[in-house]
Amino acid sequence: MKRLLERWLPAYAILYVIFLYLPVLLLPVFSINASAVPKFPLTGYTLKWYEELPRTQALLDAAWNSLVVGVASAMLATVLGICAARAITRYRFPGRGTAHGLIMAPLVLPEIIVAVSMLLVLLRLGLSLSLFTVVLGHILICIPYSVSVLTAAFEGFDASLEEASADLGETAWGTFRRVTLPMVAPAIISSLLVSFTISLDDFIIAFFLGGTDATLPIYIWGQLRFAAKLPSVLALGTLLLVGSFALLTIAEILRRRAERRTQAPGVSLA
Amino acid sequence: MIEIRNVTRSYGTFKALDDANLAIREGEFFSLLGPSGCGKTTLLRMIAGFDTPTGGSILVDGQPMDGIPANRRPTNMVFQSYAIFPHLNVEQNVAYGLKRMKLEAAEEKRRVEEALAMVSLAGLGKRGATELSGGQRQRVALARALVMRPKVLLLDEPLSALDKKLREQMQVELRRLQKAVGITFILVTHDQYEALAMSDRIAVMFGGKIAQVAAPKEIYQRPVNRQVADFLGGMNFIKAEIVDDAGTSIVVDTLGFGRVRTDKPAAYVKNGSAATIGIRPERLRVLWDDASARHEVAGTVVERHYFGEITHLVVEVPGMDKPLSVTETNDFGADDLPLGAPIRLGYDPDALVAMAD
Repeated sequence: MKRLLERWLPAYAILYVIFLYLPVLLLPVFSINASAVPKFPLTGYTLKWYEELPRTQALLDAAWNSLVVGVASAMLATVLGICAARAITRYRFPGRGTAHGLIMAPLVLPEIIVAVSMLLVLLRLGLSLSLFTVVLGHILICIPYSVSVLTAAFEGFDASLEEASADLGETAWGTFRRVTLPMVAPAIISSLLVSFTISLDDFIIAFFLGGTDATLPIYIWGQLRFAAKLPSVLALGTLLLVGSFALLTIAEILRRRAERRTQAPGVSLA
Repeated sequence: MIEIRNVTRSYGTFKALDDANLAIREGEFFSLLGPSGCGKTTLLRMIAGFDTPTGGSILVDGQPMDGIPANRRPTNMVFQSYAIFPHLNVEQNVAYGLKRMKLEAAEEKRRVEEALAMVSLAGLGKRGATELSGGQRQRVALARALVMRPKVLLLDEPLSALDKKLREQMQVELRRLQKAVGITFILVTHDQYEALAMSDRIAVMFGGKIAQVAAPKEIYQRPVNRQVADFLGGMNFIKAEIVDDAGTSIVVDTLGFGRVRTDKPAAYVKNGSAATIGIRPERLRVLWDDASARHEVAGTVVERHYFGEITHLVVEVPGMDKPLSVTETNDFGADDLPLGAPIRLGYDPDALVAMAD
């Protein structure tokens, strides 16, 4: 039995990974296929689908919208995340656990429920749907990620470093600027990158709260109705895929660097 | 110089520090000694400004520190973890506090170099904080605090993370450094040898209360109670009955040691006619062959423990309820004494001390 498992478990794992990633890998393959129909056999190599992209005004508008929403959401979610992570790790106050739980909740709430609820509330408040409302929604779904990355950084951070700074005459703000920020800087950048990626890839929130302003995923969804546009959608999808992957890789590298720094060669305490 | 006046720190009903009073003198090496949880670190952190007394007040140089935050106090601290800023190099760590003073670049550099030389780290200024050994990190922490020229330097168990040899070397160095700069040092430690070796005076603390404040020798030889006596090292406690309690000394009848006259301890409180007399194990000497002493007790060796330079003997004395601990050097063969051998112990009556229970 054990021998059998040992032999077949790796095979199963490999099959599983192939099943998971093959469709994604087909995306770049078909995006450089000469035929407009995504099927085998491939008919020839071309970059024309990519060349078409920058000539499509609606696509450029959507990309610009995504960039604006992504940058705004990432910055706001990270600033709020810094405050939340600091409060959770540094202070003991009533309701701390509950607050932490509520901040992390959007991670497990069905996104469509979040989107519809926000839509109802925002409309009732009399706000018209725009990129601004999309940013509000994205902040909500980005904060759990931002808080996770940042609490890890703040947690590994010896509180006596801040006390030492105060002891040496520095003010609370000076301490934050000269000690806390540089120590958690890699985690902050990591939080910005993760939040930006989540905002960039989000469809549901942008769909419900975006009104007439389309972000990239909304644009892609709109293009899917036209069979002829499929190859350029595949090309665009490939670019998004590569971009997201690169950003998340950098974010992870920075997060690990932050971890190493805050847990720097400590002295073991008796 | 530093006055602790009726300082209390309560957490709900628990008192981490209970009505503490101390006067620490200028230029003194003062230690707060006690087991963990005795309130010594709480007191140190309140002097630094990281914690606030719930009652009483702390004065530094006659100035009440109430409401003054840590960054505006004339105190600097060496942390137990050293708290070296890992993103800065040695020089930047030491110059951290000077930056706010807006000194001229040359002056700042001179002071940093002076501080590094003081802790024997000259030439290591460019070294990264993460490339330092434990001992070096401790020196950086010291230099970083001393460069601020504080009125008081606070040290929170600064040697506890170092290995034994380095710790002993740093004890000597810290003591020398303190005499050289003349700054008041307040050291928190749970290590009685450290406190005895370095301090001008020691405050021994238990359960949030200060039990005794005195010079090392006084604390060791004349502890006010059994708890202090026990914490500072081995002590034989002997039950005694007071027969005369007049003037500055008392006369007691003991089991095994007969009638003894001893000084009244400073904090002596008469508690009926029962008393406790103590004698340190090393103040009992084995009397070899025909040697004799004016004061002797006789007994039998029941246990022997070898410790290299010394041997611990456990000696049963007829009429005493507990056996005596004796520490003897090995130059006359205490390490070879057979178990069950009869033995005579000599002592100086001055080594006997009366104390509260």
